[in-house]
Amino acid sequence: MPRYFEATTVFNFTWDQVARGFWQKYPNPNSKHVLTEDTVIREVRSGKLFSKRLIRKTNPSPKWAERFVTTKNVNIVEESIVDPINKTLVTYTRNLGYLKVMSVTEKVIYKESDEHPGKTVAIRSAWIDSQIKGFGRAICAFGYERFKKNCNKMVGGFNYVLANMFPPHTITSTAHNVVTTKSKLKDAAKSASELAKARAAPIYASLHPNQS
Amino acid sequence: MNSIGDACKPLKDEYDACFNTWFSEQFLKGRTNDSMCEPLFRVYQDCVKKVMKEQNIEIQEVEKDLLGTNSERKVPPKKS
Repeated sequence: MPRYFEATTVFNFTWDQVARGFWQKYPNPNSKHVLTEDTVIREVRSGKLFSKRLIRKTNPSPKWAERFVTTKNVNIVEESIVDPINKTLVTYTRNLGYLKVMSVTEKVIYKESDEHPGKTVAIRSAWIDSQIKGFGRAICAFGYERFKKNCNKMVGGFNYVLANMFPPHTITSTAHNVVTTKSKLKDAAKSASELAKARAAPIYASLHPNQS
Repeated sequence: MNSIGDACKPLKDEYDACFNTWFSEQFLKGRTNDSMCEPLFRVYQDCVKKVMKEQNIEIQEVEKDLLGTNSERKVPPKKS
């Protein structure tokens, strides 16, 4: 039985921005394991863009898996369909080779968020499977945990690329500065009053020597 | 980003630049004619497909359609 994983992420970028950034998400600081990326299919059919990319990653195996996997690199195929009218980008990614040892399939649907206008929601599903007799369950559990851990890294890397391509408006950073200045002032006031209280305590005590 | 073949890298860069412009300025704005980058794509593909063959990557396996077909993996029914 394959292990199934699901997660939803909200990106603070419009769907158009996410779709544009999708093609440029490598390299990013979290993608050092991605070695190459090539487009091998690209065509427009009934108004939608169909693409396939071949991505090569290093995927160091844990010690116990070395008996099943002899190379450190794995090839991955990423299919995608962009629908510019309904504003959806769907990706479907699978590994080539070593499918019996462990197959990881991931589907992500990027669409405009209903709850947060101007933001994009990504619904991620993943299936981790292994057909190795006696080890399948352990391999799936390992693959599942690793996928879950890598999920945050993938989102972080993509966000980094998006923030570089579409820097937040200065207006937001000004607002942010106001907030920080305000809270700094508050902090300063708070510590001043605490300092005053601390200094006042011995004076108070000396004035009321009979109170403990 | 690097290409699977070092020799294909300049062709890839040229094509990717063209594609990104086309995607933002044409495709997302409803103009779906994709002839703009076609010549660049063709030379880049010749290069990549040659390298794939050299590296024994099964092109058929890579080009197989799964997304949007019946072979797509299914979301398991929710446990209640």
